[in-house]
Amino acid sequence: MNFNALFKPKTLAVIGVSLNNDRHPANVIYYKNNLRFQAEVFPVNDRGGILQGDTVYARVSDIPQKVDLAVIAVRAQMVPDIMAECIEAKVGGAVVISGGFAEIGRKDLQERMVSLASEAGFPFIGPNCLGIYSPPHMDTFFLPSERMVSPNKGRVALVSQSGGTLVDQMTKFANEGIGLSLAVSIGNKALIRELDLLRYFAHDPGTDVIAFYVEGFEKNEGREFVLATGRCPKPVIVLKSGKSPGGGRAISSHTASMAGDYEVFSAVASQYGVVEARNEFELVSFCEALSCYNQPIEGRIGIITTSGGHGALAVDACFSHGLSVPTLSEQHQAEIREQVSPRVQAIASFSNPIDLTGSAVDDDFIAAAKFLSSMEEVDCVLILLLPYTPGVTSDLAARLSQIYRQADKPLMAYVPHVEKYRIFIEGFEFNRIPVAHSIEGAVHMAEAMRRCQPC
Amino acid sequence: MLKKGIRDILSASKDMGWVLEPQAKHLFSLAGLEVPRFTWATTEGEAVRFAQEIGYPVVAKVVSPRIVHKSDRDGVVLGIDSDAELAETFSRFSQVENFAGVLVEEMMSGLELIAGAKIDYQFGPVILLGIGGTGVEIYRDITLRMAPLRERDVESMIKDLKAGRLLEGYRGSEPINRSELIRLLITFSGLVMELEEFIESIDLNPVICSSTSCVVADARIMLKETGGNPQSQWHG
Repeated sequence: MNFNALFKPKTLAVIGVSLNNDRHPANVIYYKNNLRFQAEVFPVNDRGGILQGDTVYARVSDIPQKVDLAVIAVRAQMVPDIMAECIEAKVGGAVVISGGFAEIGRKDLQERMVSLASEAGFPFIGPNCLGIYSPPHMDTFFLPSERMVSPNKGRVALVSQSGGTLVDQMTKFANEGIGLSLAVSIGNKALIRELDLLRYFAHDPGTDVIAFYVEGFEKNEGREFVLATGRCPKPVIVLKSGKSPGGGRAISSHTASMAGDYEVFSAVASQYGVVEARNEFELVSFCEALSCYNQPIEGRIGIITTSGGHGALAVDACFSHGLSVPTLSEQHQAEIREQVSPRVQAIASFSNPIDLTGSAVDDDFIAAAKFLSSMEEVDCVLILLLPYTPGVTSDLAARLSQIYRQADKPLMAYVPHVEKYRIFIEGFEFNRIPVAHSIEGAVHMAEAMRRCQPC
Repeated sequence: MLKKGIRDILSASKDMGWVLEPQAKHLFSLAGLEVPRFTWATTEGEAVRFAQEIGYPVVAKVVSPRIVHKSDRDGVVLGIDSDAELAETFSRFSQVENFAGVLVEEMMSGLELIAGAKIDYQFGPVILLGIGGTGVEIYRDITLRMAPLRERDVESMIKDLKAGRLLEGYRGSEPINRSELIRLLITFSGLVMELEEFIESIDLNPVICSSTSCVVADARIMLKETGGNPQSQWHG
């Protein structure tokens, strides 16, 4: 099946617009696409008529152009017939927004759709979903654009069984400056499932990182998914819900009792190089880190700070995440000392963490970062930047990113995320250095790179 | 393709839902895993003759289709070192419900591990390795991988165990034979792939590992309730 019609349509039919209720999901979708996206959009309602001055077509086959994608938002009972009409009219694919299928026990309706589509090789997303967010082409989410917080265009594809979770993650992406290539809410995933989208995004030139929120796989589907991930050259991040232990079913073997659903998922994910995000915070940090870097690290962290307390907390966080903080030799410490400004030389501490103290200036950070980046013993550098340090400026991020380009050692930053420090944060985001709003978050980012091992 | 002997054992156990230990041992030895020398004795005489042949001490375990967890029912006696003790044990075991004989076997010593398998709904056959024995669910020092295992999966499983240092020889004990453990897990994982449609789960607990061998000292195979018929799978 060709998914291009789904994700990069030039023409869009919105089937089920209402002529008298502007809050109908189909109307929201029609208006937002008509005003804000590139695809040409046509409203469809079987009674025809005029909507805000535009012709409403009675059938999809009445539309004078070839339709790439149909967004179907009619009552569930009508969906199979509408889908048959779309297939008949050679539409390229569909997003079925409507609910009222397997989720309320109407498996029969859902199966009718699936058999129609499979027979015709007609791809569709849903039902019971928000569908596809694919700027600048189109957006099938029935949420007013004014109310959505949209991340910038970027390189992370996000796929979610739950529409609500997806939109929430998008809000967090926007807040953390993580760019999105495409977002897909797959709902009941009747035809197109995680595995199909993994295969699509593995070859999508606009996507570098593929992230999933999964509630459950069908029989042996998880196996196929992790095997496909093992062959995928891009980082794959999965947040899976359903971690609580199963019910009190009497289990007669130790293995069955200890190998619960979650334990199995978690073990198998890491066996095949799936980066498991254990909660939504990790999902966001992992997407941020892996969209900036995709080389795996062993996790030997060098830390630069201007506060001893931050350094100590970062070391603890590293240890609790299975990362190491190698001690620097006397020789190395002396070498770094020589390279920093005289005022700092006398008072700073040069073991790892390197505590440059409150007297540090940008040049001291640069000297320390350069040195750590050149060391064999360190494979990732954490910069704990406190913007109230008097000698530090917002130029630092740009200069640090030069060091990454020369030494190819990933840098992660922590900057307290408040409006006042926006210029520091943006400096990192703009220069593609992942920047966290907590020390723990910065350590998570390093952990993502350790977990993302090719297999 | 499963060996005929293995298919026969699965067919014979289908109605019971699990495989009696002597048959499970036989099945694993057919698959190439090492098991202790054992006999399934139905008379006291057979039991004593076998023990004299292999030499004391021996282990005796009750065999009954009603007893899945033998330890919970006081159905395992280790370190029996005389004809009289074996005879006494046999007679006690013969009182249990649905008594079907006594398993008499060589007494093994070494580090107790558990190797297990489960057919997971989402991920298919998975293999477990852990620190074994009767306390296995208390310590829960286990690790899992999807089957079939590659050698590097086994290496990383061993590394995962919190008590992994015990395998390397701890405080004077000899390290276990690592290559035998790897061989056991890879052979086991291959067998599990072939048994996928018949089984629900397997416990090899304990697998007793020493510097020379890794031996399956106890084995429990739980069959799938609506499993396939192993005979009908065979087309010559």
